[in-house]
Amino acid sequence: MTISLTTLHSREHDLSSGEAQLRILEKAPVDADFNKRLDAIGLAPLMPTQIQILQVNVGKMCNMTCSHCHVDAGPDRTEIMTRETMEECLHAAQSSGITTVDITGGAPELNPNFYWFVEQLSAQGVHIIDRCNLTILLTGPHKNTAAFLAKHHVEIVCSLPHYRKTSTDAQRGDGTYDQSIQALRMLNDLGYGQGNEELKLTLVTNPVGAFLPPSQSSIEDEWKHELHRNFGITFDRLYTITNMPISRFLEWLVSTGNLVDYMQRLLDAYNPIAAAKVMCRNTISVGWDGMLYDCDFNQMLEMPLNSIARPHISDFDANALKRRTIRTASHCFGCTAGAGSSCSGSVT
Amino acid sequence: MNPYFDKSELKKFGEIGKNVPHLAEKFFDWYNEVFKDGALSEREKALIALAVAHATQCPYCIDAYTTACLEKGSDLDQMTEAVHVASAIKGGACLIHGVQMRGHAERLGM
Repeated sequence: MTISLTTLHSREHDLSSGEAQLRILEKAPVDADFNKRLDAIGLAPLMPTQIQILQVNVGKMCNMTCSHCHVDAGPDRTEIMTRETMEECLHAAQSSGITTVDITGGAPELNPNFYWFVEQLSAQGVHIIDRCNLTILLTGPHKNTAAFLAKHHVEIVCSLPHYRKTSTDAQRGDGTYDQSIQALRMLNDLGYGQGNEELKLTLVTNPVGAFLPPSQSSIEDEWKHELHRNFGITFDRLYTITNMPISRFLEWLVSTGNLVDYMQRLLDAYNPIAAAKVMCRNTISVGWDGMLYDCDFNQMLEMPLNSIARPHISDFDANALKRRTIRTASHCFGCTAGAGSSCSGSVT
Repeated sequence: MNPYFDKSELKKFGEIGKNVPHLAEKFFDWYNEVFKDGALSEREKALIALAVAHATQCPYCIDAYTTACLEKGSDLDQMTEAVHVASAIKGGACLIHGVQMRGHAERLGM
């Protein structure tokens, strides 16, 4: 999977805008009418079930520039959530029965207020997830981050495309695999990934190319066996996540001529059972500037919430959010292919 | 040009059941059952299929099981090793017949 490891943003690429991405997807010669599929199973318009998870994107800055990144994150991105917006997130979580706050980025740890935010969430008693790229844990300024996360019982959900080196480095850059292994060992030493509910270590694998991910249940044991056999590493669970045809992965699909076949693959694998369980039905996504979205993907496509006068965290109203309709487009087939896909892995 | 192998034809495999459908149904039911997780994982079975696809040199099967191997979680190193296994067996199967050649030659020779 060879692609220029720089952000679309830094190259001033057309696809750095959500509108341009949607335009490309709409033009693809496939029958990708997601709403029609929902209508056929009585789910249109798509509505939330409940709001349990607040997924907070605290910034697009990242120490890495992975080839499939749907955020177009990288070292040049300066969009960072302020402490004031984090305070609004804390208030929203506390006042609305949110059970999980899922912190994502970029590399969330690069936000200077990340540590303060985790401390506040920890005091509120919600389940905290840090979506961690692993390599950040080895950098000088963040060498104590892993211990900090352990102290606050933060679940670490980290990316590792494959338990072997070739695919991992192909997607995330040379040297990533060795650093990831080193970071996983460090997390194991802190007690992560050993069956302790308070120190949960979850690995995430994305396909390294234009194909669907493996079955989570079928592959998890093998991952555990191989990482333990080769490195003595243990972890608690594996998520398999489908690559969304947006942002840098979309750029790769277009530049390699894979877009139409990939979209057709997603359409052919459409699973109505997964459609009923998509994550946007129980999650609200918060952008770095406090804007609210149905999911992280809609956030990156700049598709703010429907039916909400001011979709911003400062006006968070759980009851109004439960009554909204969820915005869909052809990228949503990424969440309904095969066993379904979400930020918590497969959904069926 | 109308090449004999056209990868888009693979999607029409099910059409074989337009005639004698009960046999096609039996075949596809059995086929689908074969590739489910069992004593071997789906990933291991896809690697075996990839190797056999090369040994039988079926381009449809090579495309199908290249995708299947990737989607079951194999990487290119593992898939390449599977093809080497098929090649080694094919090569060995050829070479072992050299014993027959030698026996026959010994019978004919002085």
